[in-house]
This record gives sequence, C-alpha cells and structure tokens, in this order.
Amino acid sequence: MSCMTDTAVLKVEATASLTHNVQPLLHEIRHALVKLLDDGSYTAIDLRSLPLAPVEEEQLLDKLGQGEVYARLHALGPTEIVETRFPGVWVVVHFNNDNEVIGRFIEICDTPALLRSQQDDIRQGLEQLQSQLA
Amino acid sequence: MSKDETLGEALRRQGVTRRGFLKFCAATASMMALPPSMVPAIAAALEKARRPSVIWLSFQECTGCIESLTRSHSPTVEGLIFDAISLDYQHALQAAAGSAAEAARETAMEENYGKYILIVDGSIPLANPGYSTIAGISNLAMLEETAKGAAAVVSMGSCAAFGGIPKAKPNPTGAVSVGDIIKDKPIINVPGCPPIPVVITGVLAHFLIFGTIPELDALGRPMAYYGQSIHDRCYRRPFYDKGKFANTFDDEGAKKGWCLYKLGCKGPTTYNACATTKWNDGTSFPIEAGHPCLGCSEPDFWDGGGFYKAISTPTEDIPKAAIYAVGAGAAAGLALGALNRAKRDKAVAEHVKTTIDDLEKGD
Repeated sequence: MSCMTDTAVLKVEATASLTHNVQPLLHEIRHALVKLLDDGSYTAIDLRSLPLAPVEEEQLLDKLGQGEVYARLHALGPTEIVETRFPGVWVVVHFNNDNEVIGRFIEICDTPALLRSQQDDIRQGLEQLQSQLA
Repeated sequence: MSKDETLGEALRRQGVTRRGFLKFCAATASMMALPPSMVPAIAAALEKARRPSVIWLSFQECTGCIESLTRSHSPTVEGLIFDAISLDYQHALQAAAGSAAEAARETAMEENYGKYILIVDGSIPLANPGYSTIAGISNLAMLEETAKGAAAVVSMGSCAAFGGIPKAKPNPTGAVSVGDIIKDKPIINVPGCPPIPVVITGVLAHFLIFGTIPELDALGRPMAYYGQSIHDRCYRRPFYDKGKFANTFDDEGAKKGWCLYKLGCKGPTTYNACATTKWNDGTSFPIEAGHPCLGCSEPDFWDGGGFYKAISTPTEDIPKAAIYAVGAGAAAGLALGALNRAKRDKAVAEHVKTTIDDLEKGD
C-alpha cells in the first residue's frame, strides 16, 4: 500500500473525531436571522476563531448551501461573497494576492458591507470622471 | 511614508481603495482574535494610526523567527502592517552593515526616544559576553542600551521570551531571557519555536490600534493567542474525553486519529493558538498531522523530560497524585502548567490608553 493510500485512510477515519460545533453554529445563525428580521442587527462569525475538525467546516458550508448570489471582488486580492440558500446568510472568504485564504466569515445581514460602494471610493471615482471629462 | 502620515493616508496614496481597507481591517480583526463586530472601530483607529519606529535586535537565535514572519501566509495583511511601521534596524534584513547599521539604530533611538518598540529575538549570554556580539557590542550591552528608550519590548520567540534552546541544559553560554535583564519596561512575550507569524503582526496591530500593549497572561503572553491550551482547542479533544488514545505511531488509534496524549503530546500544558490559527496557509498544525505537540511556547520546553513521554510522567517534582493514569491527565497538565508558570515573574501590562469598550463607543 502506498503512502498516499495510507494518508487517505487516516484522513477518512480521522473524520470520526468531531468537535460537534456544526449544530450549535447553525443555531447561532438561526438566532442571528431572527435578530436581523426583528431589528436589522448585523452578525458576523469568524470561522477561524472556532475549533472545527478538518471536515466540519465543509459540513457546515454544505448545510448552508449556495443561493442566488455569487460575487467576486478584487480589492487587495480577491474576495468571494456567496449568499447561502438561506437568504440573509452570506459566506465571505478573503484571499490575498497569492490566492491564499486570509479570512473566512459568515455574515448575517441584508448585504455584506464590502459589496456596497464606499463613500470614499465614490468621491474618488467622481474626481477621476470629472478630470476625464475636463 | 513619512512618520507624520497616518496609515489611512498612506494606504490611499498607495492606491488601496476603501473597500480594500475594510477587507484589511476584517483580516486584521480575525488575526487579532477580535470579534468581527469590531471591524468598523478597527478601521477608524487604523485610519488615524501614525507610524511607530521599531528596532529589532537578534541575539542567540537561529533566524527561524524571522523566517516564520517573512514567509507567513498572508503577505497582504502583514505587508500592510509592516508598511505601517518604520523598521529602523534589523541586521538580518537591512542592507546596511557594521558601523552604518549601528548608526541607524542610534539615530532611531535618539529621534524616537521613549516611543519606539523594541523587538528582540534570541537569548542573551551572560557567561561570557564574547559568545555573541554585534559590531563588537555584547548582546547584554546592546539590549540594556536600546531598552532604555523603548516604549515596550516584544520578546519574539521562545529564546527571547524564556531562554529557549540556548538555555537548555547544561546552558553553556549562560543564556537568559529578555525579562531576566529588563525589569522596568512592559515586556510582551511571543514564545514559540518559531512563533506563529500572525501573533507578532497581531501584537503590532494592537499597538497601532489601541496605543498600548495587549492583555497578557502570567507569563507575559498576549491572552488573545495564548489564553487557551492547545488541548482545549484541539479537534482530537473528544477522544481524550472518551479515553481513546494512540499508543504507537502506527497502531489502530493513530490511524483513527485518536488523542496523542500517551505519545507525549504537551497540548494540555501548552498555551498557544496553533489549533485554531494553524500553520502553512491555515492548512494544519502538528497534532492534525499526527504528531504530538512539543510544547514549544512554554518555558524550558527542551528540558521537559522527552518529547515522546506522556506528561503524566514528568521529570519535575509534581504531586504524585497527579502523575498516574491517563484519567488523571488533566490534573497532571494543570500541575505542570502551574509549575512552569511559577518559574516566571509576572509581566506587568501598563500604559492602558484605549480599550475595546472605548472604541465601541466611538469618538
């Protein structure tokens, strides 16, 4: 048996070791959605701050699924923003310029702030347009 | 970037958009283990942050700490943090050498007296000053001279924080830590062999955002990263609780990914962020790769009685009640941790200027 196969066996069997944090996280998201509906409260969960077994993050993202919106930004490296099949629940993944993940968040809101045009950027864009037209 | 320019101004000058800046702040909050709800407050503080001078001294070390930092997996964020400081002296990275380099250090000290951050990696030999010198200056003399005008000292890596491998028995050079010499300055210990790169940038970001040093534990380590044991954050912890252990590296337990406690894992007595921050692009950490934690962020880890000996059979004087049986592992962990902690003076966290509560209130 090759080393690769051994590794695969180890990985598959190690999946039995779970932190059981997926279900509580889903409940936290449920509570956040209730708050969002009640008073518009924004909630963000930093997935890097939680102990999750190697497969649990995948399980969580599988359970959340993918909804209608997929956006890819380019600001200091790419960022992927995906609305899950539960409207108001977004998965936001930041990459650096080498396409390495530098942050992974679940945001519960109507629109993640990064998707909106920012006042400073709008002002700068206006100046550029004006100088182009001058 | 001039010293009077704020970080926000500098980033805009470099063409970083507001959207990019917000992303940078989100990654910084994650790096500092702060809640994402703090991002707007972090953005407001970093926008106004001014560039601090940093002097970095390397003594008895292997350069692994600098390798860890410069090869870290998030160069975008860490590059920006480093753009936000003025690294005025680091003899492994700077182009200048000899008297020109020393002149740069002296100028930085003079111009920023009382305000600069001093980072030290490596331990200091006291047995004979000739064991380690820079430009003919002993490590001890250089440390004492440079620390005098520092606002705070960061002991980077286990050698600077606790003496590390140079201090391992029989300690031929008489190596000591920075904290053994400097007593009148706030010292932030960032141990690890090497330390996790985001921890050092997290400490710098904290200084930029809050203008003070982060909350520290009894060993002078930032609580945000060293507040919990590897064991408490380990995804294999459920197996420990069920008493399921690997007894060898190739037995059924090892293949099933069971707890590595019996193979010498020092996770229960080791405080660090490896289990959540992880290494190599967040890919994994030693336990996830099937190897026990060595405890490299704890004092005297090299002399802990063997990397592959379970901590329930330590060489130090720990109450016998806590020594036997895997079931008593947690108690043994606590006892060993307490013994280790008792070896160090408590580092004093001073200069509290801004708190999270202050930032949340806004200005």
